[in-house]
Amino acid sequence: MKIDKNTTLKIAKLSRIKIKDDEVDELSTQLSSIVSWVEQLNEVNTDNVEPLSNVSMTKLPLRKDIENIKDNSKEVLLNAPDKLENYFAVPKVVE
Amino acid sequence: MEFITIKETAHKLKNKDISIHELYEIFIKRTNNNLDLNAYIYFNEEKIHQQLSAHSATTNLLNGIPIAIKDLFCTKSMPTTAASKILKDFQSPYESFVTQKLLNQGAIFMGKTNCDEFAMGSANTTSYFGNVINPLSSKDKPLVPGGSSGGSAAAVAAKLCLGATGTDTGGSIRQPASFCGIVGIKPTYGLCSRWGVVAFASSLDQAGIFANNVEDSALLMEGIAGYDPNDSTSANVNVPNYCQSINTDLAGKTVGIPSEYNVQGIPEEISIVWEKAIKKLESGGVKIKRISLPHTKYALPTYYIIAPAEASSNLARYDGVKYGFRSELFSSLDDMYELTRREGFGKEVKRRILIGTYVLSSGYYDAYYLKAQKVRKLIANDFENAFRECDFILTPTTPSAAFPIGDKEDDPIKMYLNDIFTVPASLAGIPGISIPFGKSNNGLPLGIQLLSKHFDEQTIFNVASFLEKNND
Repeated sequence: MKIDKNTTLKIAKLSRIKIKDDEVDELSTQLSSIVSWVEQLNEVNTDNVEPLSNVSMTKLPLRKDIENIKDNSKEVLLNAPDKLENYFAVPKVVE
Repeated sequence: MEFITIKETAHKLKNKDISIHELYEIFIKRTNNNLDLNAYIYFNEEKIHQQLSAHSATTNLLNGIPIAIKDLFCTKSMPTTAASKILKDFQSPYESFVTQKLLNQGAIFMGKTNCDEFAMGSANTTSYFGNVINPLSSKDKPLVPGGSSGGSAAAVAAKLCLGATGTDTGGSIRQPASFCGIVGIKPTYGLCSRWGVVAFASSLDQAGIFANNVEDSALLMEGIAGYDPNDSTSANVNVPNYCQSINTDLAGKTVGIPSEYNVQGIPEEISIVWEKAIKKLESGGVKIKRISLPHTKYALPTYYIIAPAEASSNLARYDGVKYGFRSELFSSLDDMYELTRREGFGKEVKRRILIGTYVLSSGYYDAYYLKAQKVRKLIANDFENAFRECDFILTPTTPSAAFPIGDKEDDPIKMYLNDIFTVPASLAGIPGISIPFGKSNNGLPLGIQLLSKHFDEQTIFNVASFLEKNND
């Protein structure tokens, strides 16, 4: 499938990555070539094949639902680009 | 040169032939003499001295051994960047399971090694911190070390440490090990915890080891494997004493040689080395069985749907809010997200996020992502069927020797083809090791890959050790 300019802009928006106008054409060409290349999977008959999402050989374990009240917010906030008191700070979203 | 294997060094430390401080003088000097390789993102002599002062000896074989850590593992004592601008100032508040295990055994961290950004690449040319140079390059023509764990491979090959951690999602340990002429093992998916490893594609990511010989790689593998309740895919299995149990008597074993790995267009030097390894095994009493893994050619396209899909989801966390880089030019919250991710991620990472978003988007999910998961099942079945006929599989590791920096950069798919022989095992979750075996016409090392059943790392250590001893 060819990925046109509008599709590139749409998936860039979904990905929250700003793309400049002069980059759209080259990117669309690259994405199209990758998508066309992976489309060779259409040659494979996958009727009645179960999708494989987890190759882990072990059964996913269950654990007890125990509250963990360890407060490490100070440590975690150390990496915040912007913070206010004990919170992450972001640009204002409501006037 | 002395001090190139763990066993020898551990022995000398134990017998007090050398003090731990003298040992690190040697390794710091080696590192300082090789800064042009750009193998480390973080290397700080002071940090090494701090570890030495605080070091309390253990009886473990890894006691006092210099190890390099791929900068994808979270470490409390050193920054963790994943080779990305978006994490350039990140300081992890916790230690990864794998690095904690190494610390518990008395290992000393030389530093954090360079890699492809978020482990996305096959030449170590996507790092925000610059390219890594293969230590086997000639002065006028720098070669890639392979990727994504290129810094770890280069550091081990240049003897700047005695072992290194890596991560392998589609070949990121085995391919650079092959390019740098060292041993690299990706164990079974689930053998090592992913806790504290910066996520790329969670259903494929696996920690592993680089070392200068098979024995050391087995020792280190024992050192980092083990159950961790913090990783829901971590396997609760006994970790054998791989190193002690190495047995090079292979008589009566059967090796599978998959015809599909005889890919058209690969250089003759690769096939020659492959044939040579087959002959060696035959001389050791191994039965040769020609096998078929019919879906091999679909492994790469399957991988390039699944890995970007998982990456697009995993990398959604980098939003400039909780940690890492934030753009300064925004006019709104949405704008801040978009600019932060535009400026913080490199080209290849953005490309993969976009592809991943596309294949997961409404209307395309079934056609791409679900289809890829089904083909992944067929690839896993191929291996399952093959292991009914053989004990292990032998293939080349890479379709070429190390190539010059700058090659294959014009077309992403050309770069992706580097992983043609390593990706199938990743999709199936089985263990694989690459060991140096033979040379290219230009005198560069070539690697041979051994694959075995889930959790049968011992078999590939045994065979790797046999081939290492019989590599002339």
